[in-house]
Amino acid sequence: MGAALEIRNLHVSVEGQPILKGVNLVVKQGEIHALMGPNGSGKSTLANTLMGHPAYEVTGGQMIFDGVDMAELGTDERSRMGLFLAFQYPVAVPGVTVANFLRNALNARRKVDNPEDKGVPIPQFRKMMIEKMDLLQMDHSFGGRYLNEGFSGGEKKRAEILQMAMLQPKIAIMDETDSGLDIDALRIVSEGVAKLSSEDLGVLVITHYQRILNHIRPQYVHIMMDGQIVESGGPDLALHLEEQGYDWLREKQANGDA
Amino acid sequence: MTSDAEQLQGIRESYDEQYGFRDPDSYVFKARKGLDPEIVAQISEMKQEPQWMRDQRLKALEIYRSKPVPAWGADLAGLREEDIYFFVRPAEKEGRSWEDVPENIKRTFDRLGVPEAEQKFLAGSGAQYDSEMVYHRIRKELEDQGVIFKSIEAGLREHEDLFREYFGTVIPAYDNKYAALNAAVWSGGSFIYVPPGVKIQMPLQAYFRINTANLGQFERTLIIVDEGAYLHYVEGCTAPTYSSDSLHSGVIEIVVKKGARSRYTTIQNWSDNVYNLVTQRAMIYADGSHEWVDANLGSKVTMKYPSLYLMEPGAHGEILSIAFAGRGQVQDAGGKAIHVAPHTTSQILSKSIAKDGGRSSYRGLLKVYPDANNAKSTVVCDALLLDEFSESDTYPYIEIEAPDVTIGHEATVSKIGDDQIFYLMSRGMSEDEANAMVVNGFLEPLTKELPMEYSIEMNRLIQLQMEGSIG
Repeated sequence: MGAALEIRNLHVSVEGQPILKGVNLVVKQGEIHALMGPNGSGKSTLANTLMGHPAYEVTGGQMIFDGVDMAELGTDERSRMGLFLAFQYPVAVPGVTVANFLRNALNARRKVDNPEDKGVPIPQFRKMMIEKMDLLQMDHSFGGRYLNEGFSGGEKKRAEILQMAMLQPKIAIMDETDSGLDIDALRIVSEGVAKLSSEDLGVLVITHYQRILNHIRPQYVHIMMDGQIVESGGPDLALHLEEQGYDWLREKQANGDA
Repeated sequence: MTSDAEQLQGIRESYDEQYGFRDPDSYVFKARKGLDPEIVAQISEMKQEPQWMRDQRLKALEIYRSKPVPAWGADLAGLREEDIYFFVRPAEKEGRSWEDVPENIKRTFDRLGVPEAEQKFLAGSGAQYDSEMVYHRIRKELEDQGVIFKSIEAGLREHEDLFREYFGTVIPAYDNKYAALNAAVWSGGSFIYVPPGVKIQMPLQAYFRINTANLGQFERTLIIVDEGAYLHYVEGCTAPTYSSDSLHSGVIEIVVKKGARSRYTTIQNWSDNVYNLVTQRAMIYADGSHEWVDANLGSKVTMKYPSLYLMEPGAHGEILSIAFAGRGQVQDAGGKAIHVAPHTTSQILSKSIAKDGGRSSYRGLLKVYPDANNAKSTVVCDALLLDEFSESDTYPYIEIEAPDVTIGHEATVSKIGDDQIFYLMSRGMSEDEANAMVVNGFLEPLTKELPMEYSIEMNRLIQLQMEGSIG
């Protein structure tokens, strides 16, 4: 049995303002889901809430990960359980090299399994990092650069995918990983994700656009509007959305509500 | 939720276990509390000093008395001279091997890792316990090359002419109140002479330990790096945690001769009941260079501004300053670069961190004398605040009297970002680990300058400071 992320009737407010109004979604290891929707529909709120950002207040519902209710779990605990968020806007951490950061992140996980753990041996770590960099067509000098400092948009997103490759999560949420990327960068990033796909990885791709879905082929597509998932279907749904836009859904909603 | 008091307790326990433990009193002599000419004469007597030194000490005491407590900087009102023991002798004699050191004192330094460091990566090591050095040793091959590394007392005793030529010339007693105090009651510290052209690859280290409660420790160090020579000297300091205050008031004089290079690294980690008031200054001659690496992580109050006097053309100096002010701590740190001669260069890089209501200040002076044309200097001071209760101030004094100079000055204050912490925690690091990582990154431009052993030590100490951070 693989792990699953189950979102049940989730309600979330930001500064007292309700943003998510009853979201239901199940993502299992080995599955790829796409979550689409217009700006301001609550997609990024969902991503940040799942990761436990303190500014997002859960006012109702549940988030179950691998059989555990995450309500009382800190961001770090969620991560160590195998949840991962690829950020839309990764922040810079000056003075901390990518390699140092990754080693600390890996060691934080190992310490949970074994408090006496002395950390991943450096040669083993380097080998693993270089392997993953090659997979993502990244220059090896990348490991020596300060995390996200002075990175181009493409480099930032690639660094996120590198982290995902190193940390080997069970479920990864990718928050608009395609935004701000040119065609080549998009291809490299999404091919990287495709290469990481396996039976052991469940992915929730949050995006505005169909184009990333040409590389990362989802089995399921969901559409979020005004804090709820209003439509779910197969890959066709994304294509349909690309052609038709959101208006037909808005109409459908309006009629449904009437 | 644990209360603030419990959290504070946690921080203390962590320090106590590693550094803040105390030995039972085991001194061979302890002067009565307080300071007067009799105590000063007694110190001189016990060290069997020549008359000129005793006279100098007594004169310095008068200078100390004549100077007011500084009205600027940290509040020193809590420092009460009458509560302080000005001289506590730990052992009958100074050891040349660790076997010669009294057992309980040796055990303390073992626990602090001092002999182990000496074995691994030092060219020589000294250890002071309360008022005097209990151990000093340098590798034989360096001794054979004429390098002198001894306690300051042995320096006076065995090399009186050399000692007298330089002692008090870099920092005279009248320089400031605490330099005068040190000149009156100095005890312990190192005397170092590196002959022309001798380059000591591994560092020499001195470790300063306070054990007795209410101690005043008055380290006095004199270093002469002769022409074309090289030296890296490192000092570390720790003390037991007491509810009453202690005082460490050191004076460090360094002479860097033509074409010589030296670096002096301090990792100050006093317990949070120690007033740390230190004057340190390097006089740098033609084409010589000196670096101060000054890390202030501990103490209750620190006032310390390592100085560079650039005396002749081609002299270069750098100050790398780290200050970390936690709860109840005041770190008034910084540096001074004094350009006396033309074509001299200096660089000051200061990084300060404040958390849990701590106060860190950068206080700096850049002075260029009228003749010092073509002087170049850059001053960069960055402050990082970890919460809204803490404070950081910058006092960058600049006095330029020469027309033709190149000066750069930058100052930044930043607050640790919630988004940075969230980002790091989303990769599995705890909040403390995430904070420590941001802080280590902030300090990286400085710690990368340190030899690996010390940068590891520094990161570990920062981690310790970060433990149990509040909010």
